[in-house]
Amino acid sequence: MATTDAGLASDAHDKPGHGHSDHGHGDHDHDHPSYLAHHFDTPEQQFDSGKLGMWLFLVTEVLFFSGMFCAYAIFRSWRPEVFEGCSQFLNTKLGAINTGVLLFSSFTMAWGVRCAQKEQHKLLTVMLATTLSCATVFLGVKAIEYSHKWHLGLLPAGLFSYDPANLHPEGGPNYLAWICAPFIAITIGVAIWLVVSFLRGAKFQFECAKPLFVVCLFFFVGVGLGTILESGADKEHSSHDTVAVSDAHGSEPGEGHAAVEGHDSHADAVASTDAEPATDHSTDLALIERLASDSTNTGLKADLEARKMQSELASGGIVYDVVDDTSATVAHAEDNVLRPSRAGVFFSIYYCMTGIHAIHILAGIGVMVWLLVRSVRKDFNHNYFGPVDYVGLYWHIVDMIWIYLFPLMYLIR
Amino acid sequence: MSAGSVPSGYEVNDPGYPIPQENYLTNSKGILSWAFTLDHKRIGMMYLVGVCSAFLLGGLLAIGIRLHLFAPDGILFNNGLFKWLAPDKAPNDIYNQVFTLHGAIMVFLFIIPSVPAALGNFLVPVMLGAKDVAFPRLNLSSFYLWVCGAVFFVMALLASGLDTGWTFYTPYSTTTDSSVILATTGAFVLGFSSIFTGLNFIVTINTMRPPGMTWFRMPLFLWATYSTSIIQVLATPVLGITLLLLIAERTMHIGIFDPEYNGDPVTFQHFFWFYSHPAVYIMILPAFGIISELISVHSHKRIFGYRFIAYSSIAIALLSFIVWGHHMFTSGMSPITTIIFSALTFSVSVPSAIKVFNWVATMYKGSISLTTPMVYAISFIFLFTIGGLTGLHLGTLATDLHLHDTYFVVAHFHYVMVGGTVVAFLGGVFHWWPKMVGKMYSELGGKISAAFVFFGFNLTFLPQFVLGSRGMPRRYATYDPEFAALHQMSTYGSLILGVGLFVALFVLLVSLFKGKKAPANPWGGATLEWNCTSPPPFYNFDRPPVVGDPYEFGNIEWDAESDRYVKVEPKRQIVPSEKPADSPAHASE
Repeated sequence: MATTDAGLASDAHDKPGHGHSDHGHGDHDHDHPSYLAHHFDTPEQQFDSGKLGMWLFLVTEVLFFSGMFCAYAIFRSWRPEVFEGCSQFLNTKLGAINTGVLLFSSFTMAWGVRCAQKEQHKLLTVMLATTLSCATVFLGVKAIEYSHKWHLGLLPAGLFSYDPANLHPEGGPNYLAWICAPFIAITIGVAIWLVVSFLRGAKFQFECAKPLFVVCLFFFVGVGLGTILESGADKEHSSHDTVAVSDAHGSEPGEGHAAVEGHDSHADAVASTDAEPATDHSTDLALIERLASDSTNTGLKADLEARKMQSELASGGIVYDVVDDTSATVAHAEDNVLRPSRAGVFFSIYYCMTGIHAIHILAGIGVMVWLLVRSVRKDFNHNYFGPVDYVGLYWHIVDMIWIYLFPLMYLIR
Repeated sequence: MSAGSVPSGYEVNDPGYPIPQENYLTNSKGILSWAFTLDHKRIGMMYLVGVCSAFLLGGLLAIGIRLHLFAPDGILFNNGLFKWLAPDKAPNDIYNQVFTLHGAIMVFLFIIPSVPAALGNFLVPVMLGAKDVAFPRLNLSSFYLWVCGAVFFVMALLASGLDTGWTFYTPYSTTTDSSVILATTGAFVLGFSSIFTGLNFIVTINTMRPPGMTWFRMPLFLWATYSTSIIQVLATPVLGITLLLLIAERTMHIGIFDPEYNGDPVTFQHFFWFYSHPAVYIMILPAFGIISELISVHSHKRIFGYRFIAYSSIAIALLSFIVWGHHMFTSGMSPITTIIFSALTFSVSVPSAIKVFNWVATMYKGSISLTTPMVYAISFIFLFTIGGLTGLHLGTLATDLHLHDTYFVVAHFHYVMVGGTVVAFLGGVFHWWPKMVGKMYSELGGKISAAFVFFGFNLTFLPQFVLGSRGMPRRYATYDPEFAALHQMSTYGSLILGVGLFVALFVLLVSLFKGKKAPANPWGGATLEWNCTSPPPFYNFDRPPVVGDPYEFGNIEWDAESDRYVKVEPKRQIVPSEKPADSPAHASE
């Protein structure tokens, strides 16, 4: 029904002679090409509509995340110490790897768009497969990060059950296995598809399954990479104690996981701030302390107290509770910062933001698999590459959001 | 519906043009041809049926509320029937659930999609002169998302009700046992439906305009739809994430909104109203668009101040994002914040007033036909003006502290939402009904419905202004006996209003079977939708429309012989004035 009517309509369109759009008018009017939807006059109109629609969709995506960025800003401004303290549970190396992987995938995606425009079908398939592989590596690394935290009980406020005295509670489910299970199932499925299509000689299906199988395997590369880096962090942990002592802000050991392991050094680290002031900030404190010892300088005494408190707060090792805990001391610091109601909010926001980001990655994987199949089918040409372009835009915004998430979550201590 | 008979039409355009045998209703048959249609007109009609069903459900709940409030101690939900239906629920609990679902269904399922999704889907491409919206599949998916959201709401109703009020305020919504998760999931899904519609319209208006359709030749309904769409695209995602966080709060206790876990309930209110205040304009802006069309067409006079009306729609859309705080004057914001929000709130009244003045100025010296749509449009101006002016009492800090959460607020937003949007929606349905189904309805029946609606509405809600200013709080199931008389007036009014709405429904349904065949241009309108047959063919225009001035009525005249409007050569040369857009160019004067 589309072809005849559309032909009629575009026939009629020529009569008034409005030169609406020149390109493609002559050759495509009478045989509406298969990729041009019936209600569009030219491929340009279709492309422009799609592109504007995609940009608007990206605007809604940005606003969708903006709610969570807003929550992040509000809660961080209220409880900076919790954010800085808890951020140390995140493994910066894994975050950095994921950032790099996503940046690279953006590059291959952009190259893919170029391939689609130049009708390099083979290369487009390769580029899409590479982008997809990066996405699955990302998810593999994320699986390690999540399962490790769940294991330790670093969960949103209501479920938070982290106990420094008992880091490896018995009897919990094997989270990593649960996360990996669907991916293993999919990998096996794709492998079977690959073999069956090869045996039956279904060339097209085989061509699709081949890159997809590689993509599936890359998930496990990500898991492996994450596992190695997590255990690497364990080994480095002994050196972090010394770092902690000399660290002016008394902040916890540099690498997230080590912070968990080396938790007994926590109170020491906090205490060391007062005992051995080493850098600029602490020098300030020492200077003020000397000045304040002069009894005529009463104002400075209060200032000194405030600064000491601030420095302790900044360490993340102590929490000044306005509600009921005004007598918080260094001795109580440990269970204070990790009390569910406090630490939980950081992990709530962490899981909401990274979780919804991961859902976007999954959605991106879904549409890119669709693109990959179409690319094997050689659907795209210099007049019709819109879908690759739109998915590319989507993929870039997902990367962009991660690029904001990474420093805000991992690099704030 | 109108199969078989030879469609008339084309008298406006070109009498010699071959008459199409098929229209969008008859070109394919069967339930599946509707379920999988990508035609914006059919999707619009399905939306129309859907939103009207939601309106019926929400309306019945409203009648339930009003009946219960007939006596100070309540008379409906402590009735034996309800004891039998829900033995474990106290009457006041039932009342809480009924008013919550009334609000939630009316806002999310009816008013927000009513004009943009139902009338907008039908009209935007036709008025624009396009074959369809830019993304027909997205359009259909938006309709099914609406259905999905409606199913969630009905499930919430059947599961354990909802008693938080339609605003889902924390901390109550994180602790109540009622089905908050089902309802918020429904609202979340409906949000996507709304985003897709808005996105589709923005793209359609930007890229699908045919040659000659410049921005300032667009009918004002399109301007209103465009500004509505901007709000839908920019505000709804924030509601989406807010509701998602609320669901996470209930399931995982993430401690963002729940004070028990050091969360902050006022943050929820900020997030919620950042969407829900602009949403108020999602509801009213398209109604403004309808009224601009109705007033101009039925006064047979060029709209006064076209550009002012167009720009004021955009201005309202933009201002709507910076006034949300006026819902929270009593929530403990700082004094300076409340003052700023109060001042910004007043600024919204400027573009709204511009519109009202322009409509009145359009009617001045026009040759007004008091048709059913025009009667609705005039009621709109009256009711919306009351609704808008009482908004100023609530935007003023000092009076709002007294009026907050009283019946004054209830009356105010019903004057805007029902007296405004619903009346405009009805006017729009009566105006475009001949185009949508190809049948004329009974004018007398239509006017009777308008009279009932106008009288019943005022009887329902005028007493509520008095109730509120005397201190009757909203959302209470019982009240002091001193308020009884006013509450009873209000209940009587709601029944009359209900009768009026049923009369309207009846008149429209009867027209389907007994209505006389509608001509292409029954009202003498100059916008493009009146150029195609009634009902329009599948591709809207069998040949590309000649785009002209949407408010030039000088060459459209009533032809008594053929009993319809026809296009004629202007009898008198129109002398272009210095500002052609605003010059009164009505040829018959």
